[in-house]
Amino acid sequence: MIRLTEVTKTFPGTSKPAVDKLSLSIGEGEVVVLVGPSGCGKTTTLKMINRLIEPTSGSITVAGQDILSMQAHELRRGIGYVIQQIGLFPHKTIAENIATVPSLLGWDKVRTDERVAELAQLVELSPEFLDRYPGELSGGQRQRVGVARALAADPPVLLMDEPFGAVDPIVRANLQDELLELQSRLKKTIVLVTHDIDEAIKLGDRVAILSEGGHLEQYDSPGEILRNPANEFVADFLGSDRGIKRLSLIPISEIKLDPGPVLSRRATREEALSVMARYDIGWAAIGDGADVEGWFTADDLEGHKTLRDVKARSFQIKLKPEDSLREALDAVITSHTAAAAVFDGDRYLGMATVDEISREIVQ
Amino acid sequence: MEFLGDLVAWFLDPENWTGPAGIPSRVWEHIQISVVATVAAAAIALPPALWLGHRRRGGFAAVAAINIGRAIPSFAIMALFLPISIRLGLGLGFWPTLLALFALALPPIFTNTYTGVRDVDPALVEAGRGMGMTDGEVLRKIEAPMASPVILAALRVSAVQVVATAPLAALVAWGGLGRYIVDGFAVQDNVRVLAGGILVALLSIGTEIVLGAVEKRVVPQGLTTTEDVVTGAHA
Amino acid sequence: MTTGTSAFTIAQADEPFIRWDWIGRNLDDLWAATQEHIVLTVIAVGVGLVVSLGLSIIALRWRKTYTPITWVTGILYTIPSLALFAFLVPITGLTMLTAQIGLVSYTLLILIRNIVAGIDGVPAHILEAARGMGYTPRRMFLDIQLPLALPVIIAGIRIATVTTIGLVTITALIGQGGLGFFILRGLQFFSAIGTTQILAGTVLSVALAVVADIGLLGLEKLLTPWARRRVTA
Repeated sequence: MIRLTEVTKTFPGTSKPAVDKLSLSIGEGEVVVLVGPSGCGKTTTLKMINRLIEPTSGSITVAGQDILSMQAHELRRGIGYVIQQIGLFPHKTIAENIATVPSLLGWDKVRTDERVAELAQLVELSPEFLDRYPGELSGGQRQRVGVARALAADPPVLLMDEPFGAVDPIVRANLQDELLELQSRLKKTIVLVTHDIDEAIKLGDRVAILSEGGHLEQYDSPGEILRNPANEFVADFLGSDRGIKRLSLIPISEIKLDPGPVLSRRATREEALSVMARYDIGWAAIGDGADVEGWFTADDLEGHKTLRDVKARSFQIKLKPEDSLREALDAVITSHTAAAAVFDGDRYLGMATVDEISREIVQ
Repeated sequence: MEFLGDLVAWFLDPENWTGPAGIPSRVWEHIQISVVATVAAAAIALPPALWLGHRRRGGFAAVAAINIGRAIPSFAIMALFLPISIRLGLGLGFWPTLLALFALALPPIFTNTYTGVRDVDPALVEAGRGMGMTDGEVLRKIEAPMASPVILAALRVSAVQVVATAPLAALVAWGGLGRYIVDGFAVQDNVRVLAGGILVALLSIGTEIVLGAVEKRVVPQGLTTTEDVVTGAHA
Repeated sequence: MTTGTSAFTIAQADEPFIRWDWIGRNLDDLWAATQEHIVLTVIAVGVGLVVSLGLSIIALRWRKTYTPITWVTGILYTIPSLALFAFLVPITGLTMLTAQIGLVSYTLLILIRNIVAGIDGVPAHILEAARGMGYTPRRMFLDIQLPLALPVIIAGIRIATVTTIGLVTITALIGQGGLGFFILRGLQFFSAIGTTQILAGTVLSVALAVVADIGLLGLEKLLTPWARRRVTA
């Protein structure tokens, strides 16, 4: 969909190129994240795709067409663009802001209004906001409007320059989730720039790690990059906790689950205590096969010969097989035990144990 | 061409260079009244402006001063003070002119000094207080030097406006370079009118240049001279 | 009224400061002068605005021209009005054209500075967003930069207008002048009639300036509805 070939950008008055002979190919419907330390030329690269910065040499094609062969403003009307400061027009209402590109393209009012309403719904912006001005909205709402505005003319390609850099961490996480959800429906080709490696891992189908001068150090899926950093630069950039970062990419269903300390109601107190001792945790579950009703501690057994009348406590945290190992690790740590129960609906699947999770970190 | 010749002849005529109606004494009158008016305005405007700016209070007064200053034409002030001056037995000319020029110079000096001091980076002021400076020391050692580019620019702009407006004094029977223009108009002597115009323009631009140069020398190194402050009326 | 020197002196001292009867008798003339004053001001500021917009566009398009433009308009602004009229009268005579050349020249520096500052003040990220979405430079200027610079531009128009209203009084010297006519003529009477005329001209001129200033402020509020409704940024 987008192809950069030997693209170089040297800014006037500097000798070293900001981007040096960068080649990159981005597939249709793919989210590619450009990430790297400041000065790595990631934003310059992004802006060359819509010609806000003109490349010094090399070629860029979008959908097979050389971008230098068309008028810059025509090119830009066909590419969605979202920036960190959002850049909403303060003197236009939200509806007018969203309708920016349709109005540049000369759509009629009926079609524009319909599209604006549709987009407001898409980004979950209540219609009452449409007649307000950007100054009256919160940061998160403005960011949604920014995305809606970029999508207005249904461009196949979306460029996002640090789109969530200016909002607080909680809002940022929500907006990231919303973007992924939106992308699962829209299947746009998205190029996103960030300096935040966690954001890159979370959002990217593929991640391009750049070093100073726009050198491409590694270009691969987040999982592969975390598993096999191409060189020291990438490993350093990922940080020493890259093993833990990788956990967020692996679903629980990928690891072996332990059957766990599960006992039937018929079991005796002695049997229960010996199972607990074997697992070296202070609790065990009551159940039969996949049907687990709850759990108990050694203290709960006081005055009982068998488990027949022991009161079962319900699980506070129930992991699902599609949850990530990162979430499993969180659950294990917060429950102060070495394992967390995994359920598929009501069906008990087993325990995710620290041993099994850390096996993935070591690899 | 003939007109230009007449103009040159006017400037070369020794009669125009001597006596109370000669160029030197007219220039002197012009400078005299301008200096007195500007210095008086600075003396009256600076202390309250510095103090209010230091206290970061009185923004309303600053805005009101500049607006009123713009709305009342100097010409009108001069004309209004004339009958008052006569009634008070102060005579024609000097006092009405001085008062009008004083009133012209006051608002820009007040408002720019006030905003200049008020807009000094609060972090610097806090740093000064943190080192144990008193209010007076903060004002003298931090705020006034930091605001000095703005204050000096305001003084320059006011002085130039005063010099440019002083010719109107001729309308209320005071001297200065305005005499040539006003009298020239009266007797329809275009040569004299133009000669007066040239002298007044030269004196105004000269004031601007000289004070601009002074400003560059006086402003503490490290602080750049600010862009001119646009202050409005000269008339 | 008795004649004779001593009687005249006494009569002058007893005379009231303002002769209301003069105002009553000259209402029509005062109104006509006020209208003339308004017309002179509107033409001056209108023409000044058009010229300033043109020069500002040049200054914005070719940055190197900004310094010379402010230099020349700065000199025009510094040249005393009387001197400027002195230069012009030999060429254009005691005409409205002479008055307007002077009045327009004084608006230029104020207007150009405010227009350029206003346009420059539009945040870079807004322009980047606009360019990124495919605005052409011309459309961006008209649709984004100009509206967003409006508050600063109108602030300049307010200063220019109020200044011009004051300056118009001086054009009385070259036979124009609107309300300045009464101020100038009042100077020729050393009596209450004179004071009354000066006061009438001054008060009306100041009132005009105040009304124009408030009116323009209202216009700004009307044209910039987005600036009013704003929660925490």
